[in-house]
Amino acid sequence: MAVKTENQKAWFFILPVIILVAFNALIPLMTVVNYSVQETFGNNVFLWSGVRWFEDVLHSERFHAALGRQLMFTGIILAIQVPLGVAIALTMPRQGPWVPVCLVLMALPLLIPWNVVGAMWNIFALPDIGLLGRSINAMGIDYDMTQQPYAAWFTLVLMDVWHWTSLVVLLAYAGLISIPDAYYQAAKIDGAKAWAVFRHIQLPKMKQVLTIAILLRFMDSFMIYTEPFVLTGGGPGNATTLLSIDLVKIALGQFDLGMAGAMSLIYFLITLLVSWVFYTLMTRDDPN
Amino acid sequence: MKRLIPLAPILYIMFLMLPIYWLLNMSFKTTNEILGGFSLWPHNFTLENYRTIFTDPTWYLGYVNSITYVSINTAISVSVALPAAYAFSRYRFLGDKHLFFWLLTNRMAPPAVFALPFFQLYSAVELFDTHLAVALAHCLFNIPLAVWILEGFMSGIPKELDETAYVDGYSFPRFFFKVFVPTITAGIGVAAFFCFMFSWVELLLAKTLTAVEAKPIAAIMTKTASSAGYELGLLAAAGCLTIIPGAFVIYFVRNYIAKGFALGRV
Amino acid sequence: MAKIGLKSLRHSYMANPSAEEDWALRQIDLDWSDGGAYALLGPSGCGKTSLLNIISGLLTPTEGQVLFDDRDVTALPPDQRNIAQVFQFPVIYDTMTVYNNLAFPLRNRGVYEARVDARVREIAEMLELSDMLDQRASGLSADGKQKISMGRGLVREDVNVIMFDEPLTVIDPHLKWKLRSKLKELHQKVRVTMIYVTHDQTEALTFADQVVVMQDGEVVQIGTPVELFERPAHTFVGHFIGSPGMNVLPCEVRDGGAFFNGIHVPVGEGVGRTEGARQLEIGVRPEFVHFADSGIPAEVVKVSDAGRHSVVEARANGSRIHLLSPVGAAIPEGTTHLAFDPARTRVYADGWLTGKGG
Repeated sequence: MAVKTENQKAWFFILPVIILVAFNALIPLMTVVNYSVQETFGNNVFLWSGVRWFEDVLHSERFHAALGRQLMFTGIILAIQVPLGVAIALTMPRQGPWVPVCLVLMALPLLIPWNVVGAMWNIFALPDIGLLGRSINAMGIDYDMTQQPYAAWFTLVLMDVWHWTSLVVLLAYAGLISIPDAYYQAAKIDGAKAWAVFRHIQLPKMKQVLTIAILLRFMDSFMIYTEPFVLTGGGPGNATTLLSIDLVKIALGQFDLGMAGAMSLIYFLITLLVSWVFYTLMTRDDPN
Repeated sequence: MKRLIPLAPILYIMFLMLPIYWLLNMSFKTTNEILGGFSLWPHNFTLENYRTIFTDPTWYLGYVNSITYVSINTAISVSVALPAAYAFSRYRFLGDKHLFFWLLTNRMAPPAVFALPFFQLYSAVELFDTHLAVALAHCLFNIPLAVWILEGFMSGIPKELDETAYVDGYSFPRFFFKVFVPTITAGIGVAAFFCFMFSWVELLLAKTLTAVEAKPIAAIMTKTASSAGYELGLLAAAGCLTIIPGAFVIYFVRNYIAKGFALGRV
Repeated sequence: MAKIGLKSLRHSYMANPSAEEDWALRQIDLDWSDGGAYALLGPSGCGKTSLLNIISGLLTPTEGQVLFDDRDVTALPPDQRNIAQVFQFPVIYDTMTVYNNLAFPLRNRGVYEARVDARVREIAEMLELSDMLDQRASGLSADGKQKISMGRGLVREDVNVIMFDEPLTVIDPHLKWKLRSKLKELHQKVRVTMIYVTHDQTEALTFADQVVVMQDGEVVQIGTPVELFERPAHTFVGHFIGSPGMNVLPCEVRDGGAFFNGIHVPVGEGVGRTEGARQLEIGVRPEFVHFADSGIPAEVVKVSDAGRHSVVEARANGSRIHLLSPVGAAIPEGTTHLAFDPARTRVYADGWLTGKGG
């Protein structure tokens, strides 16, 4: 990679990007900040309220509950999708005519509109006419997503695994096929067993792609809205009301601007913070 | 154990295809048949659902709207990202690292946070319920992504190419479009693919910013779901049709999927 | 230690080879004796890497046998053949220290720790890596990493043969000779059979006791570097080795004598059997061509200064002849005559050496 030259005129190249992104980012953010520090009594009358909304949100049980559910969801998701994705990538052939076919089929769930994903699984899980719902009930297990929180969570997790594991598979696979054959040959000569090959050759070489995979899955699962909303609506009750769903309920449903504003900022900050922590931890000893 | 291993991708793919198959199954049944009983394949195969969608404007316009704003967004995102990525890749300037980081943080912004503000913003600039509104709104996530991907590809092109062109007397625009861009077509393809993907699948903002004129298919489907009586067969057919553009796009970039991901710049 | 035998080896990368060109290796019969330093020399695509991989077990030959000490190992995987291989680019375990990299092959085979420690330190000493043992392997330079690769091969006491597949490819030029001498030194110390694959004649000739020259999947000649230089068995060897390579000139054979452009060229060891040959050629190295008052008429076309001598290019009736002229010697201009040293002039029929023992 060549040395970059100093050129302050480069800002002109970036101007369109800055304008478009700033328009979409800064103005709404300012609106949110605005709401979060003011109180309104309707008729466009606003009064300064300082950090009151923030305190309300941070102390509210509702927020804690939603945050707790969100963390649990994201935790379960990462624990399943990353190992599963890597495992599947390891079992895929490194070359051959079947590879593109496999990759295309695996990528399919990633391109289905999120509401269709939710709707698809909603129908799929119906106890009377859905294949999944019917099968589980036929095995003697009482299963109804609209009634039982555990069933709702099970379906939610299964749906997300179905939806996003392929992203991890594709990333891990890309990392794996970039490993030259000589490494495997050398390992064979060194007498290394399959586990040693994974631990000392494959895993280290996949570190970069895995970092990206984990980061992406964390961020996207933390911000998830549509799929669970269409699947369960946040229910039964609020068993599956994750952070985004709760926020939209407050903002667009109740038009509780102050609370929505404060919650939004806290939400954004948490996402940024944890992403930054993840990123730093994973690239700690990487000069890149 | 070794012989069972090729089985794993096959089982996984079967797992992936199952819900899709179920949707397909339902799309070829009438709602009555669906509610009336449970069967693994349609007993009274019908194309009625699909016929409705193709003939009823409220349905097919949904697809048209979706494709429209997705295309607009992809075009805008990639076009503005190209010069920006070039700048990040070739030049050092005041605040470059911080700017790049700021761009990436927008990818981490929860759409839910922006739902209400966008609603007010785009209403204020009188863009509410237009394709442009959704296209612009999606720029928030897609432009940083496009810049990130393109910068990665561009950094792989040696600077000697630029320098040779200058020595040969190319003006900058001519160099950029006639020399540089053709070398990164793979990168442009990957960036366009991901922009298309994220814009096509996103629902929250698309629904919030539209009402009637630019209503995406996703919103029409949810409207149908909540109105009186589940029109399950119709819903299933509509859902199946949304899978097709995605399948097309993957098919076209199938050879680049592994390569593009390999750049590790998703 | 092992004697390696290759019997009737043929290999094709295609599923159903039919024509000769489909075979990467055609009929290899070779014996490598214990403890020798061999080079496998040839241009890209001649099959040397394939041959190497067959010996090490990374590749199973389509036909033929590989014997270690008269034991058929053709079906055995690499880790059971007691071989080691060093690849073109350094292959190290990034996450481990230099020490653990070297210890890895021993630990995998269940050697007890005290012995592992002794061996690792011994080999590190030989390779001048002792003060880097606790560093992370990924932090070393390219030549350091290649040394680790070599080290992993040397550290095992049961290794019969170490194979090198163009190991200096990614090394900086000014470090190449250092590593080369280190390899030679190692061979003299350890006395393990070493097979060094390369397309660079300098590397081959300086490292090996015996050089195996290959072309198009066949062994063209085996011999010491001197033999290869003085008595090439094939015009390819003559051409490939030496800089500039051997002069190859078309000739005719009449009454037991060789004639170039109608002029009789004395051949020391005799012309040999030439019946049925489609193409007859005379081969003589530029080192053994000199200016004379009579002989082959030629015109000096170009003189290049090569430092220790000048390379003169002359033309004789459309054929190019190179000769070497010492520094300072007068070079005749225009037309002159060239003579070949009869003891070093050879006749080749269809590329192969004729004459006594040809």
